[in-house]
Amino acid sequence: MPKKDRLSGNEAVAYAIRQVNPDVMPAFPITPSTEIPQLVSTYIANGQMDTEFIPVESEHSSMSATIGAEAAGARSLTATSSAGLALMWEELLLASSNRMPCVLTLVNRTLSGPININCDHSDGMGARDTGWIQIYAENNQEAYDNFIQAYPIAENKNVHLPIMVCQDGFITSHAVQNIELLDDDTVKDFVGTYEPEEYLLNIGKPVSVGPYSISAYAMEAKKNQEIAMENSKEVILKVARNFERISGRKYGLFEEYRTEDADYIMLIMGSAAGTAKQACDDLREKGLKAGILKLRVFRPFPAKELAEALSGCKCVAIMDRCESYNGNGGPLSMEVCAALFKYRVNTEAVSYIYGLAGRDFTVQHVYDIFEEIDAAVQNGTQVEQYKYIGLRE
Amino acid sequence: MEQGLEIRWHGRGGQGAKTAALLLADVAFKTGAHVQGFPEYGPERMGAPITAYNRISRDEIRVHSNIYTPDLVVVVDETLLHSVDVTAGLKEDGSIIINTPKKKEEIMDLLNGYKGKVYTVDARKISVETLGKNFPNSPMLAAAVAVSGVMDKESFIREMRTSYEHKFAKKPEVIEGNMKALVMTFDALAKDLEKTA
Repeated sequence: MPKKDRLSGNEAVAYAIRQVNPDVMPAFPITPSTEIPQLVSTYIANGQMDTEFIPVESEHSSMSATIGAEAAGARSLTATSSAGLALMWEELLLASSNRMPCVLTLVNRTLSGPININCDHSDGMGARDTGWIQIYAENNQEAYDNFIQAYPIAENKNVHLPIMVCQDGFITSHAVQNIELLDDDTVKDFVGTYEPEEYLLNIGKPVSVGPYSISAYAMEAKKNQEIAMENSKEVILKVARNFERISGRKYGLFEEYRTEDADYIMLIMGSAAGTAKQACDDLREKGLKAGILKLRVFRPFPAKELAEALSGCKCVAIMDRCESYNGNGGPLSMEVCAALFKYRVNTEAVSYIYGLAGRDFTVQHVYDIFEEIDAAVQNGTQVEQYKYIGLRE
Repeated sequence: MEQGLEIRWHGRGGQGAKTAALLLADVAFKTGAHVQGFPEYGPERMGAPITAYNRISRDEIRVHSNIYTPDLVVVVDETLLHSVDVTAGLKEDGSIIINTPKKKEEIMDLLNGYKGKVYTVDARKISVETLGKNFPNSPMLAAAVAVSGVMDKESFIREMRTSYEHKFAKKPEVIEGNMKALVMTFDALAKDLEKTA
C-alpha cells in the first residue's frame, strides 16, 4: 500500500535511495544537496540499507569513484549541486562516453559568481552537453518518482547512459510537502537487480574501460553514444508507462497543462511550473486561454515533440532559469526556437530569464508575462526579446 | 489564488522559527491537509533575521514562491519590529502574533497602522517557566495553531507529543517542559481569542 507522508525533496530522494539500495555511493557534501548523502549514511548506520558509502575528498573524486564502481559492475550513484557539479566536469564526460549507467541526484543551485547558494539551473544546464540524460522535477513527489525511474532508464541495454535527476535547490529540496511513497518491495521489484553485461570484476570476460581511441575509431564511439541518447527517449516513455502501473502517476517527456485550446503557452521547467499552473488557472477564470508546458526531460531534447505541442498556439513564452552569456537568450529558449524552425512551426516565441540565484518567481510574474504576450499578439507589436523577469527596478 | 492559509514567520537565526514552521506543517499534515513548510535561505548566522513560511490547504499546493500576502504573521523576536516590516502584505482580515511581554496597546505604534487582529504572547516567560531557558518556538507554534484554528487544542497536544517524542528521542527530559509550554500558551491566548471571536 502506498503511504501518505510529508517530506522535503531531499528527504524524498534519500528515501528512494534507501528503497533502491544501490551498491555504492561516493559523495562529498555541498549545499543544498548535502542532506541526501547525510540521510543515506544515517540509513546505512541504522542498518536500513547496505549501500557501500564512500566519503571522498572532493566532487572530482566522488564522480571518479562512482564511475569506478559502476565499471566494476556495481549500481552506483552520487549527489551534488552547483560548484560540485562543475568540479566533476571531466568525469561527467567519462561517465557518459564509457557508457556508465550511474545516477547523479542533482539539487540545482546557481554557479558562482556572485557566490550564492540558491536555486537556478546554471549547474544542470552547464552540463547539458556532457552526454547525460537529464530529468527535472517540479516538486518532492516528482523528485522521488524520477529517482525510482532512473536506473531502469539508464541501465536499459539500448541506452547505457548516465542520468541526472534534478530538483530545485531549497525551493523543493528543503520544502516539506505532502508526498505519496511506494512500498519498499514495489520499488525493489520495479527497479530490479542490476545485471551488467560487461564489467571489470567479471574475470570470465575481461574488458578494458576508458582506453585511448585513435581517430580511426573514436568518431564511431561518439556516434554510438549519440544513438544511445536518441534511443533513451523511447525507453524513458516505456519506463514512465510501467511506473504509472505501480503508482498511478503519469509521466512523459513533458507535461501539457491546459494547452489543448491555449492561445498562449508558457514553457517552463522545475518548481516554477507549479507556480505557473496556479497562475494559469487564475488567468483561465478571467477568460485568457493560457496553458503551461512543463519540460521534464531536457536530455534527450524532445525537439520534434515540443514543436508539435507548440504548433497550435499564437505565442510561447520560453522561460530560462539560467543565463547563457551569449547575448542571444537562455539555453532552453535557443533549443526550442531551433526546434520550431527545424519543424517549420511558425509560432511566435519570446525568451524570458527568471529566478537566477534564487530570485523568487511568483504567480504575479506569470500573470504579467501572459498579459504582455497577449497584448503584443492583440496589437501586432513585438515583445522585447530576451527579457529579465523580477529584476530590481 | 488557491484557497488556504498562508503564514509567514519572522525570527532570528537560532530561535527555531524554521523548526516551528516545519512542525506546524507536520501537525497540519496529520489533520489530512495539504501542507508546505519552508524557510527562506540565505547566509544564515545566529541572530540574523530569518523568514519561514507555511501554506496549509484542503487542495494540492502547487505554488513554490515565498508568501507576500499572508493570512497570519508570527513574530518570534520582538526586536524585529524595529527593523523588519512584519505587516507587509498581511491581509487586513488576518492576524499577527508577537512574542513580547508588552500589551497589545504598547506595540501598536510599531505595526504601521495594521488594522487586523493583533495578539501578544510572552513566549520568553512561558519558555523560562517550563523549560528553564528561552526557547520561544514551542509557545509561538502553539500560538500559531490557536490563532489560525488549524486544529483544536486536544488534537494538537496529542500530535505534538508524538512529534516531540520522535524529535527529542535522545533528550526525553525536555518533552514535558515543551508540552507544558504549548498548553500554557493555548490557555493564555484563550481569553484574547474569545474576545475577538
